[in-house]
Amino acid sequence: MSTSGFVQEKDKHEGWNRPPLIEPDGEGELLEVAMGPHHPSTHGVFRMYVALDGERVIRLKPVFGYLHRNHEKLAEGMSYLASMPFTDRLDYICPLTNNWAYALAVEKLTGQEVPERAEYLRVILGELTRVVNHASAIGFLIQEMGASGTPLMYAFREREKILDLFEALTGARMMVNYMRFGGCRVDATPAWLDGVRKVLAGLPQFADEFERLLRGNEILMARTQGVGILRPELAVNAGITGPMLRASGVNYDIRKVDSYGIYNRFKFRVPLGDHGDIYDRFMIRLLEMRESFGILEQALKDIPAGPIMDPKAKLRGFRPKPGEAYGRIEAPKGELGFYLISDGGPNPYRYRIRPPSLINLTVLEDMCLGSNVADVVLIFGSVDIVLGEVDR
Amino acid sequence: MLGEGILKGLGETARNFAGSFVSAERLTTVQYPEERIAPIEATRDFPFLVYDGTDWEAGMRCVACQICEKECPPKCIYIVKSTDKKPDALGKPQIYPARFDIDISVCMSCQICVEVCPFEAIKMDTEFELSTADRFGGLLYDKKELSKSNEHFHKIHPTEAAEVDARLAEEKVKADAKAKAAATAAAAKAAAAPVAAKPASPPASSVVPAPEGEKKG
Repeated sequence: MSTSGFVQEKDKHEGWNRPPLIEPDGEGELLEVAMGPHHPSTHGVFRMYVALDGERVIRLKPVFGYLHRNHEKLAEGMSYLASMPFTDRLDYICPLTNNWAYALAVEKLTGQEVPERAEYLRVILGELTRVVNHASAIGFLIQEMGASGTPLMYAFREREKILDLFEALTGARMMVNYMRFGGCRVDATPAWLDGVRKVLAGLPQFADEFERLLRGNEILMARTQGVGILRPELAVNAGITGPMLRASGVNYDIRKVDSYGIYNRFKFRVPLGDHGDIYDRFMIRLLEMRESFGILEQALKDIPAGPIMDPKAKLRGFRPKPGEAYGRIEAPKGELGFYLISDGGPNPYRYRIRPPSLINLTVLEDMCLGSNVADVVLIFGSVDIVLGEVDR
Repeated sequence: MLGEGILKGLGETARNFAGSFVSAERLTTVQYPEERIAPIEATRDFPFLVYDGTDWEAGMRCVACQICEKECPPKCIYIVKSTDKKPDALGKPQIYPARFDIDISVCMSCQICVEVCPFEAIKMDTEFELSTADRFGGLLYDKKELSKSNEHFHKIHPTEAAEVDARLAEEKVKADAKAKAAATAAAAKAAAAPVAAKPASPPASSVVPAPEGEKKG
């Protein structure tokens, strides 16, 4: 693999996995720039080799693996329960949805039922997580545009309130380790639910404020509209999911399609974009946040009393029958799936994660080609990835 | 008009800026070492070992069953079982941990040790100011450093501690009833047995816990 600084005309295809999708204009040399892995604008340790013709991006090669932690292989050597806290560390912005997806996969494998109240708690926590994720994703995106901090701090102010709720229920702000196979670990007190209602009452105001702050901003529009366009055909072919896919106008939300858990009980709409550019992705996240408020209101209204654990569920020492299961949910970033194979032992025989961040990142080159190098960072930010999940 | 959106956004920023001087809700920052936010009860960080009574060695609930060591995801617990038995808080002879170390620098505060412990012996602490200059020994806690009293547990997690105590009391009542039943059965058996001298020692040992339990319960 050629990692030389300058790409010569004769070997300019060397080291790249496929022929160029767009041709340079033929004048001068290509400049190969390595962005990252410690570039301040990347969300984590991620490297992009960018070949430039002037300001124009001709090739882009993502390099990841700097945060590889051997999560999948480790999980094969430990019990089903012991992998649960490690799932918190995949997408560390939204640990509760990771917990949920893994719990769902194990529940499918062992055939456990989840009690009503636990399902409602999962929905409440999952939607709060979505609000946290989308608010901070927008904040980070705007920060990458140069708005140094203000929108991000507004987003984090709200995030802080929600993280306090998480801490009050689960004991930790981020590494929650909350969901269990067949239910949830601790029950929510009425005071906690009132706390959620109180925070929720302030959230629409925050969304309004956020929208006033940014939506009509001419600089933001100039930098995002028509930039980083992802066509729906490519998005579907590449397996893109989540807000990225919906911003391209494809109506696919696993909460609607699969209606896992109890999502078929709630009324909500799936916002769709029609340009597939960065601005659409930004707006889709704002709109999804508002839909989440609606789901939260409905869930908080209907939450029943009752147990939160399947009485048959065992915490440890269970051996699922040989077989396989795939549990998937609509995580804030896209389809998060856990694929488990059991050979009848106390550990999974194979443990595989389908991370939305990694798969959404595969179209980065296609979105960046032809745009300016300054937009690469912005397009990368609009994908909304967390490196903990990309590398695992 | 070009620039209208920017001005609107700036207006929003100005409103927030001015609001942070008058509204407590907008003023979220706390100057940490001097000021502290109120602790949240469910907070957890690192595990500690609970002991009953005042003597940490005599009252330790841990019986070195090694379940937590086995289930710990990052494998930060090291236990060596004792070879002899020592009476626990209830006076019952039990194996105890000859060595119980937790490497706090490896621990990821997941609470799984607490959940799997059948003896309510390990709980989560809330102490977070643990920095030390010694990076090898300073974060490897032995059983003396890990031991904290049940009163401490009541202080940091009152709700959970009350539940745990209720559960333990219930178990003790059950165990006492069982011991009593066993004792009466043994006594009946001893009375029924024709040779009086022979069963003298086994019933004696099984009779002992029952009055002890009654005294405590």
